[in-house]
Amino acid sequence: MPEIDFDHRQTAHCESGAMSALLRHNGLDISEPMVFGIANALTFAYIPLVKISGMPMIAYRMPPGRLIKGAASRLGITMQFERFRDSKQGMQALNDHLDQGRPVGMQASVYWLPYFPKDMRFHFNAHNLVAYGYEGENYLLSDPTFETPVQSSYQALEKARFVKGMLAPKGLIYYPKEIPAQRNLPRAIHKAINSSVNMMLRTPLPVIGVRGIRCVAGKFRAMGNSHEKKEGYNKLVIGHMVRMQEEIGTGGAGFRFLYASFLQESAALMDNNKLDEISKQFTDTGDEWRRFALFSAKMLKGRIELDYDKLADQLLLVADMEGECYRQLRQAIRQ
Amino acid sequence: MKQDEVPQDQSAAFEGQKKPLYVIDEDGEYTVALSSGWEAEEVVLDQAIAQFETLYEDARRRVEQGLSAPLEYHMYHQRMDISVLAQSTGFFKWQVKRHIKPEPFSRLADNKLARYQEALGLSATELRSMPKEDS
Repeated sequence: MPEIDFDHRQTAHCESGAMSALLRHNGLDISEPMVFGIANALTFAYIPLVKISGMPMIAYRMPPGRLIKGAASRLGITMQFERFRDSKQGMQALNDHLDQGRPVGMQASVYWLPYFPKDMRFHFNAHNLVAYGYEGENYLLSDPTFETPVQSSYQALEKARFVKGMLAPKGLIYYPKEIPAQRNLPRAIHKAINSSVNMMLRTPLPVIGVRGIRCVAGKFRAMGNSHEKKEGYNKLVIGHMVRMQEEIGTGGAGFRFLYASFLQESAALMDNNKLDEISKQFTDTGDEWRRFALFSAKMLKGRIELDYDKLADQLLLVADMEGECYRQLRQAIRQ
Repeated sequence: MKQDEVPQDQSAAFEGQKKPLYVIDEDGEYTVALSSGWEAEEVVLDQAIAQFETLYEDARRRVEQGLSAPLEYHMYHQRMDISVLAQSTGFFKWQVKRHIKPEPFSRLADNKLARYQEALGLSATELRSMPKEDS
């Protein structure tokens, strides 16, 4: 195969990282926060009906796959997606792409990728990475989660790409097929912000957006008032929420810092000072999310007393601050 | 978060890796800073791992008492639970619940066992036996 010169960069989040890396390789230099923001990937959702390892689903971003599709459609990029029924075929297709000198994005399970540290291996099947070459049975990978490029054997990569279950990757391969020469970035930003604001403020479901944050605050308060002795389970839920916010590559504060960075970049691009101002407020909101994580961790550790009301109050503070940011955003882009 | 506030708590789980955070520098501009870990994050990660440890240690006890097949131990040891294992083998949850009992497990047909081997990444011999120590 021809050697592919691929510019590996570590990013906060795997999906925005893989997408921005592929676009950069194909001549469109775009930052991770810009990809994230334009795809309006930011959200908050609390969905108790969907259980992940027995825990209610709590998400700080849109479901896997939406980011790539969202960013592509806003920028007028045509993406090629390929899924496979047969794993051997899927591996052959990967080799074929690499033989043609084309690095491709892939979906895979974190658990079966051999280079992940043991403590970070969980059954999350929607991890994203880029393959840019192979040497015999050894694949050269640019995994945005890591500082340097990594490698995997054929067997391990095959397993990671073809696990079954929730969000099964089915060997998904993707790459940009056509990138238009002319792009209207300000227009894309305008649309993306509008759509994020609508989702966070106007989704007619009490579990999505700013109302979703308030809903979780209510749940925490109810945990404290409940007479049932479920402290063990409650602690797992709190820990689970903090993990979704911080530990799963979010760039800090459940993608809030990433989004603030997007707003700052947009302010310069659109020559809009208000966006810069709101970016600062958004950073402050992120800091309060971090404080929520810190309180939670201290309570779980037993360094301070488990106080559900305190956690709920902190979440309400976050909800108020975020709500204010979105209202101002709506005004800022109206002009 | 400001650049000089980036936690450097040397998280063991990172195994020397660092992860990027979006932070603001002295001039108020966003930039990326590497963190070697944050204690708050480590607490919740440890909690999740400890939860699986409790589950597979309990399962080991049940296997030793003859109440469960080694399959139950391996399921938790590979950080799965009944529903994840059911999804990744294509069995129904009630089937998995049945298969982790000693009797039904010992009578499991080879093709069904193969589905567990595939999902858990273990050989038939490994699935039928218990490791001496938890690793």
